[in-house]
Amino acid sequence: MTGSQIFLESLLKEGVQHIFGFPGASILGIYDLLLDCPIKHILVRHEQGAIHAADGYARAIGKPGVCLVTSGPGATNIVTGLANAYMDSIPVVAFTGQVPTSMIGNDAFQEADIVGITRSITKYNYLVRDVKDLSRIIREAFHIASTGRPGPVLVDLPKDVLLDKCDLCFPEKVEIRGYKPTYKGHPRQVSAAAKLINEAKRPVVYAGGGVIISGASDELTNLVNKGHIPVTSTLMGLGGISSLNPYFLGMMGMHGTKYANLAITECDLLIAVGSRFDDRVTGRLDKFAPKATYIHIDIDPTAISKNIRVHVPIVGDAKDILASLVKEIEPVDRSQWLERIEGWKKESPLEYKFSRDVIKPQYVVEQIYEITKDRPTVIATEVGQHQMWVAHYYKFTIPRSLITSGGLGTMGFGFPAAIGAQVARPDALVIDVAGDGSFQMVSQELATAVQHNLPVKVIILNNQYLGMVRQWQDLFMKKRYSGTCMECAPDFVKLAEAYGAVGLRAERPEEVRGVIEEAISNNKPVLVDVRVAREENVLPMVPAGAGIEEMMLP
Amino acid sequence: MRHILSVLVRNHAGVLSHVAGLFTRRSYNIESLVAGETEDPDISRITIVVAGDERVLEQVSKQLGKLVDVISVSDLKYDRAVTRELSIITVKSTAKTRYEIIEIAEVFGAKVVDMSEKTITIEITGEERVIKNVVNLLRPFGIEEMARTGLIALGLKSPS
Repeated sequence: MTGSQIFLESLLKEGVQHIFGFPGASILGIYDLLLDCPIKHILVRHEQGAIHAADGYARAIGKPGVCLVTSGPGATNIVTGLANAYMDSIPVVAFTGQVPTSMIGNDAFQEADIVGITRSITKYNYLVRDVKDLSRIIREAFHIASTGRPGPVLVDLPKDVLLDKCDLCFPEKVEIRGYKPTYKGHPRQVSAAAKLINEAKRPVVYAGGGVIISGASDELTNLVNKGHIPVTSTLMGLGGISSLNPYFLGMMGMHGTKYANLAITECDLLIAVGSRFDDRVTGRLDKFAPKATYIHIDIDPTAISKNIRVHVPIVGDAKDILASLVKEIEPVDRSQWLERIEGWKKESPLEYKFSRDVIKPQYVVEQIYEITKDRPTVIATEVGQHQMWVAHYYKFTIPRSLITSGGLGTMGFGFPAAIGAQVARPDALVIDVAGDGSFQMVSQELATAVQHNLPVKVIILNNQYLGMVRQWQDLFMKKRYSGTCMECAPDFVKLAEAYGAVGLRAERPEEVRGVIEEAISNNKPVLVDVRVAREENVLPMVPAGAGIEEMMLP
Repeated sequence: MRHILSVLVRNHAGVLSHVAGLFTRRSYNIESLVAGETEDPDISRITIVVAGDERVLEQVSKQLGKLVDVISVSDLKYDRAVTRELSIITVKSTAKTRYEIIEIAEVFGAKVVDMSEKTITIEITGEERVIKNVVNLLRPFGIEEMARTGLIALGLKSPS
């Protein structure tokens, strides 16, 4: 078999059904074989779209997403997407073409040292130097990407390796010395944590994306229900516990709810699950949960005590650990604590001022929720104000229903990620809630959606600004809007039509619902241009460097 | 505080830059870094001497441990480790100073490995402290060139 054949055979053995890619000279052999291969190839319009789509695919179903691009510029175009997947712990396996091994390091045509470039933004990466190693490396790549704390793995494929021949010997078992993720939590640590929980008067759970990755939603729900423990979530954790759960306090952090942040500030025990004390979550560290003892459950030992010293760390899989914890905790009466939080909720609820004259972006998100809540829906977002409004006003009730770039904050992620999610879940309704700025970074992928009949709906909350940056300029730069005005933009309806998609527009509040319903009932890709209030700000907000209880409210 | 980190890694291209990269990112200054094969040719030992904040070091050690190619990381205590460094030093010499230099070398068990009309090259192995001492004593004669290997170390197995 040639290297190219071994490559595809190995992917088939890994159960790969879809590849998001873009061809080039160095991977011609693979593309030739793809024509007759059961793996479906989704041709994107820019490699950035391929890596984000693979990422969105992985987020939607929890299986590794696969991306295939050529050497040089093809490879460098996926760098942002790799960093994005790395920050959010998403299993992606990216294959890049490379110049022949004899030419590596010679500045050959379309050569880039992609292994060197991506070393710090991949969980692991490989340069395959011998066709005999190829199937083993592919096996290892999928194993590393999807076990422990997941992450992207890159495999660089020199052209001669793909042409060389050897027998296929796909290893059944993976043995990597030094790579043994811990899954089972230490029983003594679990008991110590259970004791703290049973003694705590004012505990709060702070749940992150790890809950979703681990599939620990049921266990988390059992924990808070049994222990009567209020629970808040990071952006990445939304959907990990149902937003309709009575113990749920909404998102915490820079744009968290006031009551979630107050609960953190006042709690005597903080139970962090699959979260990493990110600066957007904690605000000023010395003011973060200052009265609390900390329990931290995480599969990644380096996440523990990185930003904050924790008292009871438990390294392992959240699902396993929470299941053991549920058995050991007691149903303590915490009505006093819960009532206090209820008081904060009444005092400063999450709210905005509705308008009859202009479309409020929050209203659009509320309407999207109302229309889609009873059907299987995946919401993707770009990055910025609209992302926060989705986090506030869309009530996520199941895991993997929100696909958003949390750690890296990558504009232009949502639309290709939504395409990937639609490939992964053909029966689900997939909506990308976008900003006009973010969408313009990846609008060419409309062609991908149309070509592959992927009926993704893009709803642009169009304020003709880079809204979040404008908001910071409004609040901290005396309203000097430098480089944030985007009045010069395409007519999005015509743009959609130019690509063969459907374009719709809403300009008045009373049109919003009808337009969204129309978009959803159409089985083609639809782009909806919603003209929203231009200078609406995302509130509440904790200014950078402040403690999380010091919030600006609407 | 100075630390000696002894890191066992899978012998792969790129491991060294990965390991070094972790230190640079947290602006942790590496005083010395030595890599070499162990008794198992598939495994290398990287000995790293660093000084700095304890918490950051703890974090860097954990991050090292997380690298797929890293098998183990141990923080060796100076008093519970054998540490050695090798130096080759070329010193300016004249007929007058030659014997004085050889005498210094002999006191420390250093070997003279080369000699010319105007120079003497000596080789010295020992703990860092010894090497520093020799360097200080030779400096007045004029050190023309010097090469140091950096520290290698193994933990002591004998009871303290």
